Amino acid sequence: MSRFVEFMKQCKPFIKEGFSQSALVAKFLCLLHLTNNYLCSPVLVYGPSMLPTLNLTGDVLLVEHLSTKMGKVGPGDVVVVRSPENPRKSVTKRIVAMEGETVTFLVEPGLSDRSHTVLVPKGHVWIQGDNIHSSRDSRQFGPIPYGLIVGKAFCRVWPPDGFGRLAQE
Amino acid sequence: MGSRNFLWSSAKKFFTLGIIGITVSDRYFSIVPVRGLSMTPTFNPQIDSSQGSSLTDDRVLVEKFCLEKYKFSCGDVVVFCSPSNHEEKHIKRITALPGDWISTPHSYDAIVIPEGHCWVEGDNPVSSLDSRSFGPIPLGLVRGRVTHVVWPPQRIGRVDTRIRREILPF
Repeated sequence: MSRFVEFMKQCKPFIKEGFSQSALVAKFLCLLHLTNNYLCSPVLVYGPSMLPTLNLTGDVLLVEHLSTKMGKVGPGDVVVVRSPENPRKSVTKRIVAMEGETVTFLVEPGLSDRSHTVLVPKGHVWIQGDNIHSSRDSRQFGPIPYGLIVGKAFCRVWPPDGFGRLAQE
Repeated sequence: MGSRNFLWSSAKKFFTLGIIGITVSDRYFSIVPVRGLSMTPTFNPQIDSSQGSSLTDDRVLVEKFCLEKYKFSCGDVVVFCSPSNHEEKHIKRITALPGDWISTPHSYDAIVIPEGHCWVEGDNPVSSLDSRSFGPIPLGLVRGRVTHVVWPPQRIGRVDTRIRREILPF
């Protein structure tokens, strides 16, 4: 028994060290969560729907969350949105109209000139991809609630030659 | 000098506690008050909401683990962002999931819930603003699942996940 107590006494500094180290790691992870969720975070986007602006093969964008939380996103901003059809997926589109505005869009671009005009209801936004021929957006599923917007993409960091701010349309 | 040291260390402690608290409430659990009468038999059973006192409101425990997979079942009570105002949060019960049929009020036709959406209803059909007025909501608006009542002390316990079928008054 006394041997065990002796052993524990020897181990004490190591245990203490371990505790303080893991507390440091936990604090770091919490800070990471906070910056990722409230300030800005990187996202990888790919696909044809934003084609002239973003590449097909995959771009890394910086997304900031402050202006979404304060309600400061407006028409022309590129936003990352939780998909209304599959909440596990995020999509990147451009806001075309905010609540209370009307949008006119082609139903079948390239095939006919038939167009619809829609009033965006309260608390919703109308999002559309820049490539209207191959984008699944508000033209299919209608206006989306503002609460689905995750953040506003403001800067491209990869590929290096495309580095820079994203232009508003 | 000593008081300044003390101030600095307490500010550091405060900051650490703050970031840990926000992380835990974002990712794991949080406790929110329930206002209003829309869930009345389940939360806020007493009918004295007219003065709007916050002391008598129920406090509920909201878990966020369900947000990793977005797997819900019928009868779950969830917290979600209002589709018409993103700053408001509502607490309602899921009564239909994607693919289910539901009959819309004020008409006789039934609609099918689209992919990635759900139908939410309050337990108190008389005073509840829910899917009966704004239609199905995207699951992406859900912010957590209510599992327990933690306040007042005499009603601490699990929230049951069954759907109350009320006889609609004609």
